[in-house]
Amino acid sequence: MPKKLPGSKDIPPAGVTWKPATEYRTGDWRSKRPIRDEEKCTRCLTCWIFCPDAAISWDGQDIHFDLNYCKGCGICAEECPVNCIEMEDE
Amino acid sequence: MSNMPAKQILMGINGDEAVAYAAKHALVDVCAAYPITPQTIIVEKFAEFVANGEVETEFVRVESEHSALSACLGASAAGARTFTASAANGIELMHEVIFLTSSIRQPVVMAVADRSPSGPINIHGDQTVSLAQRDTGWIMMYCENSQEAYDSTLQAFRIGEHPDVQLPVMTMLDGFVLTHTLENVYLLDETDAHKFVGRREPMMITIDGKQVPLKLDPKTPITIGPLQLFDYYMESKLQHSEAMEKARPVISQINNEWAELTGRKYGDGYLQPFKVNDADAVIVTSGSSAGTARFVTRQLRAQGKKVGLLKLRTFRPFPDKKLAKLLADVPVVGIFERTHTTGSLGGPLFNEIRSALYDHDPRPIILGYYGGLGGRDVTPEHFKSIYKELLKIKDTGKAPRYPIKYITVRK
Repeated sequence: MPKKLPGSKDIPPAGVTWKPATEYRTGDWRSKRPIRDEEKCTRCLTCWIFCPDAAISWDGQDIHFDLNYCKGCGICAEECPVNCIEMEDE
Repeated sequence: MSNMPAKQILMGINGDEAVAYAAKHALVDVCAAYPITPQTIIVEKFAEFVANGEVETEFVRVESEHSALSACLGASAAGARTFTASAANGIELMHEVIFLTSSIRQPVVMAVADRSPSGPINIHGDQTVSLAQRDTGWIMMYCENSQEAYDSTLQAFRIGEHPDVQLPVMTMLDGFVLTHTLENVYLLDETDAHKFVGRREPMMITIDGKQVPLKLDPKTPITIGPLQLFDYYMESKLQHSEAMEKARPVISQINNEWAELTGRKYGDGYLQPFKVNDADAVIVTSGSSAGTARFVTRQLRAQGKKVGLLKLRTFRPFPDKKLAKLLADVPVVGIFERTHTTGSLGGPLFNEIRSALYDHDPRPIILGYYGGLGGRDVTPEHFKSIYKELLKIKDTGKAPRYPIKYITVRK
């Protein structure tokens, strides 16, 4: 630790940080990413319901994968009723 | 507050029910609990209050104790006053979240019906499970009877939620001896109880130069419980220790406030000495055994024997200085604990009390006794035999070669 870090009196209790969790990008260790076939997709939103990390969003027209948070677990691909999601190696 | 104790209602209830009434009187916002074995009458009775509409608590039935405390932790982080209870193996399953709750500084109150850990499989009482939580960073209080269980549970909300403290509190009731035994218990009138316990106010913290509440609130978004590695982990541990130190005066202050309100006082909030001042031999114990030991102490005093009892009520923060002050001049001390530790020089009570006296000269000869394990009866005869041995050591000045003994065990 080369630079001097703040001491116990200078940091907030319980390790609290001042940003909401959405501002910390946590998807960088993913080894597989979801690829969706937009033709096949029926926009049923099953993937949106099942995503354990809220990395899939719905804007009223289409769905989007947010790869800043996707951990590549593949639950969306597993649950998709029309098999339109493939997991591809990063 | 007036000098006259408040009006109180006498009820014939067991220790579990006394705790349930305390949770009811504390206006708990959220209670999450695993509803079947090893759950207690505490949650059973509390669920009845919820079903009858007597409380407005959100009652969450979860699939395990691990989830029970996790749900409490989450609710507490959102600012709710939170309560749960469990026993024995249920507490052991919670162990991971017990650490989390205190390190995230959430003042959850949890009643522990102290039953023996399996195995061999056993459902009866001793304090091994709760004392195994001693390094989890919670405030820990042991109750002698059902009255104290009610009193301590209500006090626990005030202590844990105090702005200087913000730590979770465990209150312990000995399995069956307190949890399932009918006793006369005085309950406060609900309005007086509400006044005493107040509402939970979130702790204010400074981050990025701004004052924000330590709570999950979309208006002031923060992240609670993030990753802290070698760069910050130790600083957070130091903060946790400092919060525990700040709990010390608060525990005594709340104990005094309670005494003013109800007329009941538990020593200085930590230790309750009985005839310790001029004693030749003192027994230290905690929980329901203290009642039995006090009965014997009174009997032996009537026979002119100089014996005394020290009841340990608060185990965390550990009252090391107070203990040393009371015990340093006592010639012989026996520590009776309903705990079992294998491969160590005595149990947790023995270790910590003996260590607290190390710096004193002279210091007592200290012996440790394991007993009452797995629900085995702790009777007056046991304390008589311990006093007899302690007084003999005082007379001869000879300490036994090994200081730890099992009492009532068959060899």
